[in-house]
Order: sequence, then C-alpha cells, then structure tokens
Amino acid sequence: MLKQIEGSRAVAETVAMCRPQVICAYPITPQTHIVEALGAMVKRGELNAEFLNVESEFAAMSVAIGASAAGARAYTATASQGLLYMSEAVYNAAGLGLPVVMTVANRAIGAPINIWNDHSDAMSQRDAGWIQLYAETNQEAADLHIQAVRIAEELSNPVMVCMDGFLLTHASERVDIPAQAQVDAFLPPYEPRQVLDPDDPVSIGAMVGPEAFTEVRYLAFERMRRALDVISGAEADFGAQFGRGSGGLVKLYRTDDADLIVVALGSVLGTVKDAIDELRDDGVRAGALGITTFRPFPAQAVRDALGDDDRLRRLVVLERSLAPGAGGVVTADLRTALATGDGGPRGAIIATVIAGLGGRPVTRPSLTRMLTRAARGELPEFSFLDLDTHLVEGELTRIRAARRSGPTAENILRDLAGRS
Amino acid sequence: MFQVRFHGRGGQGVVTAAELLASAAFREDRYAQAFPSFGSERMGAPVMSFCRIDDKPIRTREPVTEPDALLIQDPTLLHQAGLLHGLRPDGYVLVNSGRDVDDIGLAEFAARHRGHLLTVPATSLALANLGRPLPGAPMLGGLAALTRGEQTVGLDALLAAITDRFGDRPRVAAGNSAAARAAFDFVTGELDELKAVTHHA
Amino acid sequence: MPYQRIKFYQTGSFAAGNRLLPADLRSVQSSATRANTLTCGHRACQGCGEALGARYALDAVMRATKGKLIAVNATGCLEVFSTPFPETSWQIAWLHSLFGNAPAVATGVAAALKAMGRGDIRVVGQGGDGGTVDIGMACLSGMFERNDDVLYICYDNQAYMNTGVQRSGATPPAARTATTPAIGPEPGNAFGQGKNVPLIAMAHEIPYVATATVADLRDLEYKATRAMDFHGARYLHVLVPCPLGWGSSPADTIKVARLAVESALFPVFEAEAGEVVSATPVRRQVPVTDYLRLQARYAHLFRPEERTDVIARIQASADRNVSRFGLLQDHHPERKQPALDGHLSAEGR
Repeated sequence: MLKQIEGSRAVAETVAMCRPQVICAYPITPQTHIVEALGAMVKRGELNAEFLNVESEFAAMSVAIGASAAGARAYTATASQGLLYMSEAVYNAAGLGLPVVMTVANRAIGAPINIWNDHSDAMSQRDAGWIQLYAETNQEAADLHIQAVRIAEELSNPVMVCMDGFLLTHASERVDIPAQAQVDAFLPPYEPRQVLDPDDPVSIGAMVGPEAFTEVRYLAFERMRRALDVISGAEADFGAQFGRGSGGLVKLYRTDDADLIVVALGSVLGTVKDAIDELRDDGVRAGALGITTFRPFPAQAVRDALGDDDRLRRLVVLERSLAPGAGGVVTADLRTALATGDGGPRGAIIATVIAGLGGRPVTRPSLTRMLTRAARGELPEFSFLDLDTHLVEGELTRIRAARRSGPTAENILRDLAGRS
Repeated sequence: MFQVRFHGRGGQGVVTAAELLASAAFREDRYAQAFPSFGSERMGAPVMSFCRIDDKPIRTREPVTEPDALLIQDPTLLHQAGLLHGLRPDGYVLVNSGRDVDDIGLAEFAARHRGHLLTVPATSLALANLGRPLPGAPMLGGLAALTRGEQTVGLDALLAAITDRFGDRPRVAAGNSAAARAAFDFVTGELDELKAVTHHA
Repeated sequence: MPYQRIKFYQTGSFAAGNRLLPADLRSVQSSATRANTLTCGHRACQGCGEALGARYALDAVMRATKGKLIAVNATGCLEVFSTPFPETSWQIAWLHSLFGNAPAVATGVAAALKAMGRGDIRVVGQGGDGGTVDIGMACLSGMFERNDDVLYICYDNQAYMNTGVQRSGATPPAARTATTPAIGPEPGNAFGQGKNVPLIAMAHEIPYVATATVADLRDLEYKATRAMDFHGARYLHVLVPCPLGWGSSPADTIKVARLAVESALFPVFEAEAGEVVSATPVRRQVPVTDYLRLQARYAHLFRPEERTDVIARIQASADRNVSRFGLLQDHHPERKQPALDGHLSAEGR
C-alpha cells in the first residue's frame, strides 16, 4: 500500500512484517523512531515479539546473539557511537554465524561528536564479517530489510542494512509498504543451522586455537563469497514477487556510454542522478554506479558494470567516509576490483572526493561544478568537496604559532561564529 | 517541482508542517518529500524544514536552497541575515504576523513582490480555533491560498491530511482544520483586496 | 544355610554418597543418574573450586528443571577449560559469546524461548567474578533491572584467574595478585575498594539472591534448586577457591572455603526482594588467620613479620559481617524448602 511516510516508520512497519521474535533496542539518534515505532506496535499487540529495552548497544547485540542462538529471529538497530560500542559483539555474531539483522542509521563517529549523516560508522565495521547493504531511498530501505532477513538466514550470516541518518530516516516520502501475505510468501520461518536445544544439546562458542582457526575463518570468507549469489537471488525473487527493483549488488544509471562515472553509496545517489542529468544536458557523457552491496564487495559486478574496453573512463568515487592516513575507503576496494579479476575497463582514472562528512549537505550545484572539472581532467586524485580552506588555514596557522593552540574543533567553531 | 522552505523555532511544529504539506500533495497523487534541517534540536532554537512537490519522483536530497515559497512561522526570525536567501524572483513569502508587511520591515520587498508576500495572523487563528499557539496548519492554509496559481496543494487535500494526521485526537484535528480554513479565507481575502486596489490604481 | 541379619546404622550421615538417606535428603551428586552437566575430561587445575561449583550448581538446576536448561557462559576459566577445541565437557545446550555480555546473552535466550512459546526451558547465565563484577556489571544490572527470567551464577575466585591472576572488583583487601603485588607499605590489594555484588543484586530487589560455597554441597544444591522456584532475575554467588591463584593446596579447596565461612569473611545467606530471609549461622567463629595462613596470596601478612595491623582490619571486616547478618545468632528464620516434589521425579537427564 502506497503511503507518504517517514523513513524510520516505513522501516519499522516492514521489519514488523518480517515477524521478528526478539527486538532489543537502545536509543541513539537517528535510529530512535524505528525502535520506538516497533515498541509501540508490540505494546498495542500488533506485533507478537519480545521487545527489550536494554542498557547499552553492547547489550543490544548480545541479547540478539542469545536470541538468535536459541532459534528466534532477532533484530536491533543502532548508529555511530552505538555501533562502535557493540563492536565486540558485532564481530562475535558474525564469527558465530548468527543471522541477526540490524539497521544502521548511518551517522558520523566522534570526536568531535556529530549526530548527522555520514558512513564512517558502518565503514568501521566493514571487516567484521557482516553483509552490508546500502539503501538509496526509503523504499529501498524498507525492501532491503525483507531481503536481509532471507539472505541472513539462508547463509547463517548477519546482515546490516545501512540507511543514511536523517536524510532517509527523518525524510517523509512515498513508500509502497507491502502486505503481510507478500512478506510471508517471501520469508519462510527461521530454520536455524545451529540452535540451543536441550533435547539435542550442542556447545556453541568454543575456543579455537592455531590448529583450526584459519579453517573456521576461511569458511566465513567463503560464506561471504557465496553471499554475492544469494544477494542477487534475493533481488531477483523480490523483483518477481513485489514487482519492483530493490537491492542487489550494484545499480547503474546512464553508464552505457559514459566517460565520467560517479561511484557512490546511499541516498546521495539521488542528488547525483540529478547532477548527471544536468551534465548530460550540457553534453557531458556522465553516469552513476551505485553500490548497494558493499560487503561482500561486488568486484565482478563492478567490473562488468564499467565495461570491458580500452576507452578512457574517469571514475569519481564520492565517499562519505574517510580513512585518515590512507584516503578513501570505497576507493581502495574499487581500485582492487579493477586491478584484479576478469574483465573491467583497462583505462580508468580514479579520483576520490570526500563529501558529506558529518551531515554536510551534498548539493547538486556543488556536484555539477566538481564533475565538470572532473570531465576536463582538472580534478585532483584526492580532494574534499566544498572544503572551507580559509577555516582550515586559520587553524593550521594557530597550530604553527603556539604549542598550546587549544582544541581544534572548538577553535574552528569559534572562527565560524565570529564570521556571522 | 515546487520547493517550500519553512522557518520557525523548535517547538512550533515546523517539521510537522512540512510533513502535512507533503501528505496533502500525496493525496493529490503527487510525489512529495519533506525533511527537517537537522540542526541541534532544542526548544526555541531556529529550525528549518523543507518540502518538495513534483509530478515525478524526487531524487535529490539536498536542502532547499532555491525555494519557490518561504513560510516564516516566527517573525522574530526576520532579522536573520539570509532568511530570504535563494527565493526565486517571483517566489512567495508568507509571514506569521498580525501586523502589516510594512510594519514588519518588509515594505520594500512587498512592493517588489506584489501579491506574493503576505502576512497572516496564524498564531491568533491557531489560538482561536485550536486553543494552542501552533501556527503550522493555518500557515499551510495560507500557503494553499497564496499559491493557488501554482501547483502546490488544494485546501481539501490539506484538510484531509490534517484529519488523517491527528486522527486519534478529533478535537485537535478539527481545531487545526478550522485554523487552516480560516487562514485560507484570510489570505484569499487579502489577495482579492490587493487585486481590487490594483484595478483601481 | 544359616544366615545372619545385618543392620546398618549409617542412615543419619550426610556423607555425599550416602544412598541410605531418604530420597528428599540425598544430594544430587549422590545420584547415579545425575546430569553430570560438566562431565569429566575438562582441563581444570587439580583442586579447581570453580569446576566443582559449576558441577554442583548445574546438576542441581538440571534436576530442578528436569533437564530443560540452556546455559550461557562468559569468557573465563570455566569456559576455557571446559571447551578445549575440539572437545566440550558440557552435556547441555551451552553458549559462549563474550567476556562482558553473558547476562545480556542469557536475557536474549530467555526472550527467544518466551517468544517461541518454550517458557518451560529455563536459562542460566554464568561466569567468574571478572566477567560478573567488573566487565559484566552493566549487563548484569540491566538483566536485574528488567527482571529477566535468568538465574545468574557467579563463581567467585576473587581475581581474573584465566589471564594470570589479576585483581578484580571482587579481590579482597590485602590479597596479592599480579596487579596488586605484595610490595611496599600496603602490600596486596587496597582496603576500601571492591564491590559486594550480592548486596548490589539485593538493591535491585530481584526475587532471589543467595551466596554459597563449595564447602557445603547440600547448601549449594539447595540454593540452586530454590532459585528455580522463582521466575525473574535471580543471582547466586558462589565462593570457589582457586589453588593456583590463592596459593593454596589443591587438597585444601573445600577446607579453605569452609574456613572462609567459619571466619565470617564470606557470609552465607539468602535474600528475597531485597531483604535477607535466612543466614547460615557460624557455630564457632574462627580467627581470620586460620583462613589466611592456608593461602600464599596472604603470605606477606605473616612473613617476614606478622602484619597484625592488616590482619586486624581483615578481622574487623569479618566481625562486621557477623553483626550485619547475625551470623552468631541462636535463632534464624526457617529457610523455605524448595518445591522438590516436582524436582525428584526425573533426576537430571
């Protein structure tokens, strides 16, 4: 049913239809509306699940681990600092092979404390062994949760559905909320691969030493490889049953004959598409490659998407996260994908653009300006979009002038305040 | 695409107003997007919200920097530099005030944008009809009247959205609806007057 | 052929293996069909109090629940010595997640069972003092506060033993550990620190809190069984000497535990909804030195010279327990009998 609905609410209603049995929640902006909505549904008797208000995100993931190991469908949601706080348990869930599904309402990680959107939180857990899916719209955010449950349970691997905090969670837009019968048809009841059962007892969580650790980890690695096919399968089945495209590995927009391709994750792709259309009107053959599945990294799908010839292509990787001391995060995986495997473009110039950190809006004019420079070959290999160089220079001058230059964030805020 | 930017203070229902506008557009089978400005949320702090309405899916997510209409729910914000920033040349401005445009320092602007900049006593209308100083619904009613020539929303769709939103609290729904209708009539009256004056001039 | 009637006169003895007692007085351990939840072959040290305590407690819970039990274990000695890959000593459904989250994981298991309509299966969370008192405290308090249906058992050997005997929030004053060495004017762990988790549990007013030691098998079995009469959050704190960490003889584990009780350093009691309802009386309070002398972790209190000042402070804390819990009183409230009739029909598995 079509609704004009807030993203968080759409996710809550869809998650509820996936029939989770244990929902544990610890509040953190900007995910709170999701778990509040679920809690209300449980209290009103609309959703038959155990809803627990836990004392921390670490507890939230731990409760999910226990619930999943006991054979129940478990769900939680978090962001930013909360994701970091539960990091030990995040790795634990993946290592144990438990199909927990979690929403990450992408938010920047402090310090400095920042409640607004970027991808640094999910990126910090990219090697934890979870499948990571990034939603472009609230429709996709809702749909991905349904697919996530199936993918997780089929593989016995946890899945995090990433949706941009505020930009998606707090945006009201048109979403087609499926019917319960549709979701039931897509999701069979959870049949665990391993379960705590007094009638058939097993020990789960043993210590594994040097003699077998490598093999256990290899199997986890192999599981991620198989995930590529499972994710594609889920996308295809979802399309057939629900009648719309959602999920999958990558999404292409006007890339067929493109010389300039923007690579990005998440909701920024919407604004990117508007910029692409503007550039096309100006005669620039631009396109966009959206990465929906970031883990496992869909290397072959990316290579296939970018084409298989010698034509020079400029790739601009728009990153909402940063690897201090190294550069871009997505760029690294992209470069590896293009340098290895079968096929893929042989002439690709890659530029990394760090944008939208801590909720800095990524605007169409800004994108268009940057991409026009890129098309002309004037974009440096690594740059920050809309960097206020004056502000930065001010602080660098301060740092060079005195040892006790003070806290950087506070200094910059004072400079900014002094301007207005 | 029609883009609206709302200005107000935390607690005045600026976010709800944007969502109601989007909801009304949805009822008229259009695409709409509404979202808050994501500033530090505390009572009394200046906040913004945005609403886009279009006949095709809205893809962009950036804040509205080139509004077609500005709704100023709190006139004490008028002194803020850049409040009217980006307004399209023949854009609309609706200010929540019981005073005339001249009395709130917008005389010059009003002269250049005849019929596009108006004040409406939204808070008074809200107090009279709803019993609470929440100007959101009447501001939307005013907007519907002010932008009748453009494609924003019809009053009926707006009233339906209000009823739907406050469905579990009939008195609140009725109060907001009445305030919205009163503001719609008020602005319609103002526009008719202006037209009459113009014809006479 | 002539025969001689033989009469046995041992029926009154409470020896662990005494099968001549009436059924309701026999210990779980005396039963040949006990669950043996933690079976042999694990890698615990000789004389490990925790291995003993875990077996005693869980076999009793298994009897009380007729085998419908899932256990969640924190990281620590118990987890490590019981599951050396590729073996496990656990004969029940058992889950180990992390160090600090056993109470939360147990909460998750209980929630899942409830959601799946299997509330007949009960849940135990367990860990050492490190995983309970320190790093697990937030999760433990959360479990208590929500009154989740979990029995949490803390096997307290008063330090982080598995990692090499480091100080925990349960380490008693003056005890030597690797991070509170017996050096300087105040050797060993500092006075005025530490947490009393049974009291913290009582402050949450959960249905049942009890302390016990491996010195009194029947008392420990009784408390584990009694705990299963309740639903909601329950806490059992068991003193389990560690020969390695305490520097005591492996043969003295039970003796040392008994001296901890008889010196009043470790009060044995039960509480319900935040109020003490029973305390095991100390028949004859022994001086703390009897207890301390058996453990090398207190050797610095006796050599090169006897630290009478420190010993006096330890004695004072023991005396405070006496008055606080009325340990030398003649009369104590009648302890409640657990609902054993339901528990006896099937022993263990």
